[in-house]
Amino acid sequence: MNRFSYHRAGDIAEAAQMGAEPDTRFLAGGTNLVDLMKANVERPTRLVDISRLSQNTIEDLPEGGLRLGAFATNADTAYDERVEQRYPLLSSAILAGASPQLRNAATNGGNLNQRTRCYYFYDTETPCNKREPGSGCSAIGGVNRIHAILGTSEACIATHPSDMCVALAALEAEVRVQGPAGERVIAFADYHRLPGDEPWKDNTLQPGEIVTAIDLPADSFTENYTYLKLRDRLSYAFALVSVAVGLKMEGGKIAKARLALGGVAHKPWRVPAAEALLEGQEPSADLFAQAADAMLQGAVGQGTNDFKIELARRAIRRALRQAAAGTPQSQTNKQVA
Amino acid sequence: MTTHANAPARIGEPLSRVDGRLKVTGHARYAAEHPVADLLYGWVVSSGIARGRITAIHEDAARAVAGVVEIITHKNRPDLAGSDSAYQEQVSPPGKPFRALYDDEVQFSLQPIALVVAQDLETARYAASLIKVEYEAAEHNTDFRAAQAERFMPSKKRNNYLGFKNRGDVDAGMAQATHRIAETYHMGVHVHNPMEMHATTAVWENKDSLTLYDKTQGSQNTQTYISNIFGLKSDNVRVLNPFVGGAFGSGLRPQYQVFLAALAATMLERSVRVVLTRPQMFSHVHRPEALQAVSLGTDASGQLTAIRNEATTSTSRFENYMENVVNWGLMAYACPNAAGDYTISPMDTYTPGDMRAPGAATGMTLFEIAMDEMAYEAGLDPLEFRLRNYSEKDAMNDTPFTSKALREAYAEGAASFGWDKRSMEPRSMRDNHELVGWGMATGMWDAMFQKTAARAKLSANGNLVIETASSDIGTGTYTILAQIASDTLGIPVDQISVKIGDSSLPMSPIEGGSWTAASAGAAIEATCQSLGKKLLDAAEKVRNSPLEGAKFDDVVFDNGRIVSKADPSKNVSYGEAMAAAEQGSLEAEETVSAGISGMISQMRKSRNTHSAVFAEVKVDEELGVARVTRVVCSVAAGRIINPKTARSQILGGVVMGIGMGLHEETFVDHRIGRIMNHDLAEYHVPANADIHDIEVIFVDEPDPEVTPMGVKGVGEIGIVGTAAAVANAIFHATGKRFRDLPITIDKILE
Repeated sequence: MNRFSYHRAGDIAEAAQMGAEPDTRFLAGGTNLVDLMKANVERPTRLVDISRLSQNTIEDLPEGGLRLGAFATNADTAYDERVEQRYPLLSSAILAGASPQLRNAATNGGNLNQRTRCYYFYDTETPCNKREPGSGCSAIGGVNRIHAILGTSEACIATHPSDMCVALAALEAEVRVQGPAGERVIAFADYHRLPGDEPWKDNTLQPGEIVTAIDLPADSFTENYTYLKLRDRLSYAFALVSVAVGLKMEGGKIAKARLALGGVAHKPWRVPAAEALLEGQEPSADLFAQAADAMLQGAVGQGTNDFKIELARRAIRRALRQAAAGTPQSQTNKQVA
Repeated sequence: MTTHANAPARIGEPLSRVDGRLKVTGHARYAAEHPVADLLYGWVVSSGIARGRITAIHEDAARAVAGVVEIITHKNRPDLAGSDSAYQEQVSPPGKPFRALYDDEVQFSLQPIALVVAQDLETARYAASLIKVEYEAAEHNTDFRAAQAERFMPSKKRNNYLGFKNRGDVDAGMAQATHRIAETYHMGVHVHNPMEMHATTAVWENKDSLTLYDKTQGSQNTQTYISNIFGLKSDNVRVLNPFVGGAFGSGLRPQYQVFLAALAATMLERSVRVVLTRPQMFSHVHRPEALQAVSLGTDASGQLTAIRNEATTSTSRFENYMENVVNWGLMAYACPNAAGDYTISPMDTYTPGDMRAPGAATGMTLFEIAMDEMAYEAGLDPLEFRLRNYSEKDAMNDTPFTSKALREAYAEGAASFGWDKRSMEPRSMRDNHELVGWGMATGMWDAMFQKTAARAKLSANGNLVIETASSDIGTGTYTILAQIASDTLGIPVDQISVKIGDSSLPMSPIEGGSWTAASAGAAIEATCQSLGKKLLDAAEKVRNSPLEGAKFDDVVFDNGRIVSKADPSKNVSYGEAMAAAEQGSLEAEETVSAGISGMISQMRKSRNTHSAVFAEVKVDEELGVARVTRVVCSVAAGRIINPKTARSQILGGVVMGIGMGLHEETFVDHRIGRIMNHDLAEYHVPANADIHDIEVIFVDEPDPEVTPMGVKGVGEIGIVGTAAAVANAIFHATGKRFRDLPITIDKILE
């Protein structure tokens, strides 16, 4: 861990200004950043503490949506009655992640901005393009059980580790950010990015920009949804594969479908064609298999993670079955529904 | 049964931990928590390569950091003992023990190559990050399968390597079998990962003496190790480990942090603390990787006709670490023809070491998967198959056991589990869309005893202090020693102070092998009995003593009074007795060893604990998800001093066994020879969600022969066989046999 200065920002504008300086990082829950600093992976010279700013509430939006303050904790969000009732998919996904202690500290904005869990990213003795641009990717040809099967590049096969973001992708949330140049809104699908040849960039935030809120649209999935997470132990492990599904059923047919995958790519993975394929159809095993295949179009194994392609295929089918049947996966009963 | 603090505790009572309050209130101090004035902090720099030489260490930037006191490397270290023997201790296997910072040679990934010492931890850590090291890398191998090309049997064996004995003619036995199996099983490296990181606070007293608060399972072993290396008088090195935050064997050998802390303290003439990081916990001791080939044959009646049990385990290139892996399969069952083979395979890692039930957790577990395969091949219920081949004696050594209530353990375990409701056919039991499997296995471990000394001092106010250098690694040693003393001398537990975890106390072995309850327990009992005799002598000095002429066996020690068995109205309080003898306090010191109480004659008998483990799994076959929903662990372990702490030991062993079956795995990048999942986020041990009902049964097994108190020890037996019961249950559920542990989602999916 390097030496750094610590500032507590008075408001968002001040924080944004400070954050635009080089080697500055925002500190909220610190559940990921502080670990990375101890491992010498993140070496900021200045920390700007934004955890006590006022954007820590959850508020109704006039059009019927919900605004999640960036500094509200994951736990407060998951257990908020409005979230539980109107966005149970999101509540479920948050509760599938981390541990109660971590969810109590981690914030919504921080969840979006957490870094990959790639073993090599954390080990400064090994080359990693995400940590040291141009040094190479050790995970390719190395140990890559937890790595991506979709949207990879020759520079990076890391995944984004969040559960919450997979649900936010399926819900088509919007990310409100404020920076030195003012406010803007980023569609969730555009917030995270694929590694390409700049894998050190996890998202599309500009220097100094801070996530202030996540807006959930009024339109949600309260009956036919599920968040199914498969992992190497039944709690406190990152997803090998996770699936968020939201369906609108009308007259026995799927009127609207949203599908997002976690643990398989550098960002929550969506395929509009797979959703289109489901819409207007009656649920069936065949249909779900087709959707799964469409979701995994172009999937490539990296060696030790080859199994994730078939695991994802089966997980998508099961999650679609759970959602269509209105029997969402419980996050406390570990039997897969 | 409830124990009241003001009444003496009895052996066999579920006394709660006497140190529980200290632990939950943070008053129990661990190695890195002892406050020391003017303390310096050391940060370990670890090697980036697995084998080769250090050609340059660039430390200018680190030295320039304010607050850095010294950077110690092989280039500036003080003179140290030069012979290998100085670095060998009680637990060292044959070879050349690793010497940190000795020369430029790198022998394993994450080897400590420098120690940055600074005024505070953060400065040391930061400065360490500025050190750049250049290497000349040499070829290395960390791939166990590739290491098979070099496997061998060392001519010089490790001290506690017992070997194995063959019997009969295995080829003939195989030829006469009507059913046969021959399979190979694999288990990867496990890393102990106790909750407390290895840490040492070295207090520099003066040029000639050091006090070390060390995370160790044996303060006196560390004392010998450090005094030999640094040329200090043994009496001038005091090692304390009053509390140890788990160890599982990782604290049996002194780890490199104690050497580094002592090195820095003696070199700088300052007190120094060194704490390893979690990734560095993956740099030293670990359970070796294992391959085990088992061939079995049975006749038409289900009797074993042949056993072939062959294994190889990993070791380092510099020490020949061996385990007792194949003897269990040769001991456990009646079979006229049985043969073993064992070799070790060197790799470029640190030397593996003992981890909970070393040898048995590997060798018995993998053998018990083979036994399940054999039962199915022979068309027999797995429990029935084991009963048909039950051996009343140790089948390998042809010696009787001092006791073996395994039949009872099978029966009580099976009854509680409901084994009779099991259907034999794989895939025949379901719970909605999940496949249900029931599996079982036998467990075996040694019942060992080690020479131990203890001291006791009774004050006139009735307070008793008992002392032995033993350790409590979380197992409950404090509690059972207090309980034994309380029962023996009739003194309430709250008047008993237990002093352990200090090398200056009476000689005690390292805490391992499940021998502490039997050994330290017997030492405390003998010492308290000796003190009781002194009390009785004193009581006879009371004017008109009601106990005049009474012998030790004629009295009981009950709640502060010596009482005549024949006439309880005749009694003398301890205070009266001591006053009459004009003694302000009474002391006793005794040593127990296998040589006393007719123990020698018992060398001709085998001494073991046994268990029967039953597990239920539910498997979502489509998704590869297996859950262990129920375990019954039925244990025959002689006399149980405290069923509460003993049960906790078995629970912990079973949880670790479930992890062995489903979770624990190291992922090594062989290109760089390094374990990549070197933290507890990615090295998976079971979480609460993975653990459901675990029932522990202790069957009645009186055994006055096995050890002086009839105690066999329970620290290890809980892990043995558990992973096999889980693997066998998964076979029963799915019809798929898994021979490579852990059984992870990708394997079930295939």
